[in-house]
Amino acid sequence: MHLAYPAVLAVLLFCTGLYGVLARRNAILVLMSVELMLNAVNLNLVAFDVWLRDALHAGQALTLFTIAIAAAEIGIGLAIVLAVYRNRGSSDIDRLRDTAETDDAETLPDDADAARDSTADQATAPAGKAKKAEATA
Amino acid sequence: MTLAATAGHPGFLSPTGVEIAFVLVGLVTFGAALITVTTKQLVHAALWLVVALGGIAVEYLLLTAEFIAWVQVLIYVGSIVVLLLFGLMLTRAPIGRSPDADSGNRGLALGVAVASAAALVWVVVDAFRTTWINLEGPAQGSTKASGEFLFRHWVLPFEALSVLLLAALVGAIVLSRKEGKDGKDPGGGVGAKGSKGGPRGKDRHVMRDRTDRTDREDRTARTARTYRTDRQEQSAASREDMS
Repeated sequence: MHLAYPAVLAVLLFCTGLYGVLARRNAILVLMSVELMLNAVNLNLVAFDVWLRDALHAGQALTLFTIAIAAAEIGIGLAIVLAVYRNRGSSDIDRLRDTAETDDAETLPDDADAARDSTADQATAPAGKAKKAEATA
Repeated sequence: MTLAATAGHPGFLSPTGVEIAFVLVGLVTFGAALITVTTKQLVHAALWLVVALGGIAVEYLLLTAEFIAWVQVLIYVGSIVVLLLFGLMLTRAPIGRSPDADSGNRGLALGVAVASAAALVWVVVDAFRTTWINLEGPAQGSTKASGEFLFRHWVLPFEALSVLLLAALVGAIVLSRKEGKDGKDPGGGVGAKGSKGGPRGKDRHVMRDRTDRTDREDRTARTARTYRTDRQEQSAASREDMS
């Protein structure tokens, strides 16, 4: 088999995952895209291992390890997403701007929500510092 | 290193059966991946991800890596997709179309993805134009071969990986537990500000339970901020009750 076939397929899958990571808003969809990228890397590892006929079969061993690490990653990632959802009521990564450097960047991206929240914000938490502290409560 | 003899190979114009199968399955996989990252229905994205991951498992089979193919089916299709579906359900993903699945920088993401895909495809095709994989001989990734190389040469990483999995297990449990049993609030920074000690810790729990119960129905509709505001009001009210 020509080596370009698996290599090109891996490239295409990786870039699909890259698009998903950059363009998606829901945190779980971002995790799915990360899985696609990991799978592209795995496909590359297996193809090159079969091509090189490595005596140690490092490519296949690393693929197995990558799959296990991906499973661990998805478990931890989902736990984090669920914790964020429990605290914030949403898992949109566009809204998680508490570590933003300035107060300007903390405003929500969509204006409707910002306008709706601004009254509650001014009543309870005028300063950005206080908001950050509450975000963890 | 046994490179396939490039001289005797027919090239692109007369592909072998394995190559045809690989390209067809690859097209299905790529299409499923594209639908996964572009569909507006969140649950459908997870289901198309099953197709993409299964397609990759078939590609592993075509590359004679049998054991990895079955591991892929077991772990990815079997458990990771189920975990993702659980995550979607627990964050109350809408079943129908959700118009805000994509963020605002979609065009930028498309540009970055297409540019990197073009660059990488060009580089890869140019680099491996005359390289063939020799798939003849005994399967290189059969279960027997995999067991031999894994437990002969890769035992130490394998054991280290089991420790990592244990750590991930404990970490996931700690992260997803609601609160400490001994009244230790994981995010107690705010509560400590206005508290005067005493029975407040226990009281907080009762209060939070009540809030959870009453708010369970419409909690998704609210933003997190109004939820927090609500809780603060209630805490102020209960503090007044106590005093």
